[in-house]
This record gives sequence, structure tokens and C-alpha cells, in this order.
Amino acid sequence: MAYGPKIIDHYENPRNVGTFGTQAEIKTRKDVGVGLVGAPECGDVMQLQIKVNPGTGVIEDAKFKCFGCGSAIASSSLATEWLKGRTLDDGMAIKNTQIVEELSLPPVKIHCSVLAEDAIRAAINDYKAKNGLPVAQEAAH
Amino acid sequence: MAVAPANQSIYLDNAATTPCDPRVVEAMLPYFTEKFGNPGSRNHRYGWESEEAVDQAREQVAALLGANEKEVIFTSGATESNNLAIKGAAYMYEKAPAGAGRCRGHIITGAIEHKAVLDPCKRLQKEGFEVTFLDAPPDGIFTAEMVRSAIREDTILVSMMWANNEIGTINEVPRIGALCHEREIVFHTDATQWAGKMPVNVEKDCIDLLSMSGHKIYGPKGVGALYVRRRKPRIRLQALVDGGGQERGFRPGTLNVTGIVGLGKAAELCRAEMDADGARLVKLRRTLEDSLVTQLDHCAINGHREKRLPHIANVSFGFVEGESLMMACKELAVSSGSACTSASLEPSYVLKGLGVGDELAHSSLRMSLGRFTRESDVAFAVEKIVGAVRKLRELSPLYDMHNEGIDLSKVEWGHH
Repeated sequence: MAYGPKIIDHYENPRNVGTFGTQAEIKTRKDVGVGLVGAPECGDVMQLQIKVNPGTGVIEDAKFKCFGCGSAIASSSLATEWLKGRTLDDGMAIKNTQIVEELSLPPVKIHCSVLAEDAIRAAINDYKAKNGLPVAQEAAH
Repeated sequence: MAVAPANQSIYLDNAATTPCDPRVVEAMLPYFTEKFGNPGSRNHRYGWESEEAVDQAREQVAALLGANEKEVIFTSGATESNNLAIKGAAYMYEKAPAGAGRCRGHIITGAIEHKAVLDPCKRLQKEGFEVTFLDAPPDGIFTAEMVRSAIREDTILVSMMWANNEIGTINEVPRIGALCHEREIVFHTDATQWAGKMPVNVEKDCIDLLSMSGHKIYGPKGVGALYVRRRKPRIRLQALVDGGGQERGFRPGTLNVTGIVGLGKAAELCRAEMDADGARLVKLRRTLEDSLVTQLDHCAINGHREKRLPHIANVSFGFVEGESLMMACKELAVSSGSACTSASLEPSYVLKGLGVGDELAHSSLRMSLGRFTRESDVAFAVEKIVGAVRKLRELSPLYDMHNEGIDLSKVEWGHH
């Protein structure tokens, strides 16, 4: 598949790769929210982790790992860039269509942006649930 | 560090197509311009000389197959050969006419055949034939026993590929052929990946119909052949197109003389160089497979380890995804079993057919070597792939989870 330069750039130089700890460690950390979405048999799994300042509710850091095609890697890499410095509500406002536009994702890869949006929501909701904040109920997709 | 030539990819997709051998191109050239006659023109020199060229090509192909030249029908390629063999034989040997309300005849094939075999069989199913698609065993090899257990009273045709195009495994063709002859069932084999690479003797191997293609054996695209047995037993086929009666009426239409000359020359070269090419490629393929397996954990060769073609390796890399793997080795021209390379989201039906899990089917590469593959190409490919897999595993949440001792099959994944 011939990709545009932004996808290639994120794929070759992914931003914010990593985690804030193992799966077990993360579960006990109240300042970290995790979104793990997709499925191996579908060829895409994204894990997004956000570290939130409990005082301000601002996402101070974000990290990702991704098993998936170039578009999936680029979408999750971009998501971490966009999340850093946002409040939880602003993070929730990120839409998959914005990701599609920014990366010029080809039509057959739209689902990668949907998955990234799901991962963002899942991570924010995980943080909220851990901290007893009201969790947005609407089903994402 | 190995370096790829500037602006060039290392071509490891010879099972998709091969470059034309320059000696083939040279043999073809006069037939575009000076010797352009129609072999059907019986009244002048132009016709005679092109007819002579076609006759020579027919002998060259027959020699490769251990056949008589009268048994070679030229087609546009293996897809057409498969269609003519399967549909042509089914219509000719049907047990009941269409619309009689009874099964028109039973056909046996394998579930991991090429689409050019599966789809004609599915069409016949719609037209009133019954087809058994034998499931593939985990090693990918279809045996005579598997075919025997599927044979029915009304079985008219068995179509079994000689070697699989995605994983390179070799089916028990001579034994399946012998079984079919014993039971008086027509036997067709799609030998697209086999013929020209490995020895064929249609007599000894008990083959009635054999499909092959020019562009898989260093010949041109758009030309292929179908071997049709003429004696013991004489195989009849119903033609799929009607016209001027060329190719014994099996395949009317003016002959593709340039292509046929190229196919003939390619067959001659393959026959002469088969042993040397094969021995060299087996060594190269083993180096490729062994290097990957020793340098990377969770790396599996798909299909039987030994009973396979010299030139095809299919390898799954756990915890990485095929398309991103191909992006990471963009200097390599290889083929992926991944969904993400095609418009459909399904991983390879061949790997799935073997029982390879979906996540590994998404993470597989087919690397196919050829006459022009050098040792340094394989070394370069290994270095690139190992580097790419390691890089992608750094990115892979699945690899982390696996290393933390989490059983991925027990995780509840979201589904889309």
C-alpha cells in the first residue's frame, strides 16, 4: 500500500512508544489510565496509556504500543501527541475523522482511526473509573 | 552491513512471477517483427515458419513434462488451463445432464488450492455438480489416503495441486494419480509452481491433465499450457470457447506465437538447468529459514519442513503484523499473508486452512527465491527481517503481555 508522508513519518519515527509499567503495575496506579482495544485475530491491537495530573485533570504524558499495520501504528502515535497537555474532556473530544484528515488515511484504513479513538476513550474512562469520576456511558463504536 | 543496490528492491517474490530470462526474450524477438505469420496460414512461408516455431515450442514443453507433443495445448496461462481442465472434464464426463434433478457428478479438490481451481469448482457446484473440498492437514500435505476416503461411486474428477503456491508444500501427486487411474477417475494437477522447477513425467506420475504457466518459469506472462492425455486413457474435454478449431478444438483462437516461443524456450532452459537451480535454491532457502528461526524467538515455518519446493519459504513471526513488517523491510519485495495488504480484512485462507491461528496468519511472509536470487540477497533479507521484527516487537503490546506471562488466548479482546 502506498502511504502518504505523514503516515510514513509516524511509522518510521513513532512518538511516545512505551508504557508506565507492566500490566500488573498499571492496574494499581491511580494516576494512569489504560486503553487496550482491538484483537490479535483482527490484526490490530492498540494500547494507550495516559498519565494524568490529579490536581489539574490534565494529561501530562501519554504512551502507546501497537500491533497492527502502518496506519494503526501512525494513528496511535498521533493520538499520544494530541493527548499530551489536554484535559480529560478535551481528550474525549478527539474524533477519528480528525485523525483520518491529519494522516490522510486511505479509505480501507479508516478503521485504524476508529480504533485509535476507541483507545483514547478507553484510557480516559479507565482513569476516571479508577478515580471515582463519572464515566461517559455512550458506546463509542 | 549488507546494502541494497540504490533504488532497487531485492526481489523475493518469484512465486508471484519471475523475470523473463534474457535468453527467452532473445528467442521471442524475431516473432514480433520478421516472422510474424499466423501459424494457421497454410499457404505461405510466413505461416509455415511460425507454425514451425510453435511446433518446436510444443516439443520443448512436452519434453519438460515427459509427454508427447500432441498432448500439449497452449493457453493464456494457468488460470485458463485450470478452467479448461476442470470445467471441460466435468461437462464431458458428467453422470447426468443439467436440469435432470440429479447430481451431475462428484469432484474432489483441496481447500487450499489456488483460486483458479477453487472458483471453477464452485461454479460447477452451482451448476449441479457436487464438490468435496478436502480440509488441509496442519503440515499442508494432501495424501492419496485423504483422496481415497473422499471417493464416491459418482466421482468423475480429482484436481489436486502439485505444490502449494503460498507455502510450497508438495502433495502426493504420483500416488493420487495412480489411485485415480485405478478407479478410472480423471486426474488434474495444477502444477504452476512445480513444473519447470521439479521433474515431471506424466506417464510415471499418472497425470491426465496438467496446468502450467509461462511467467512462473522465466517465460513471458499471458501464456501457459495444458497437458491433455491422449492415450491410456484418452481424455476428452468440452471446449469453453468456440472458434476456428486451433489446438485440436480444445482452445480455438489464433496462437500467441511470441508467447508460445517464449514458453518453449523457458521450458527448455528449465529442463536443462533444473537440477543445478534446484540444488542451489534448496540451500538458499534452508539458510533463509534457519537464520530466521535461530535469530528470532516465536518464528515458525508454515507447512511441512522437508516436503516442500526448493524456492518457497513461508514464515510466521509472532506478535508482529504482516503489513507493518513489509513496511519495515521496504527494500524487500515479498508477499504477506496479512489482510492489510488486500482490500479484504481476511488473513490468508491457505494459512487459516492449515490451522495457523488468525494472529499468526496476519504475521506471515512468503519469500520465494528464483534463478536470479543471490546468496547476498538472502543474507540482506535476513538482516532486514530480523531487524524489523525486533523493532516491531518493541512496539508490540502483545509481545509485552506474552513476556509478562499473560496467555493471549485467554484475554477478552474487543471485536469490531
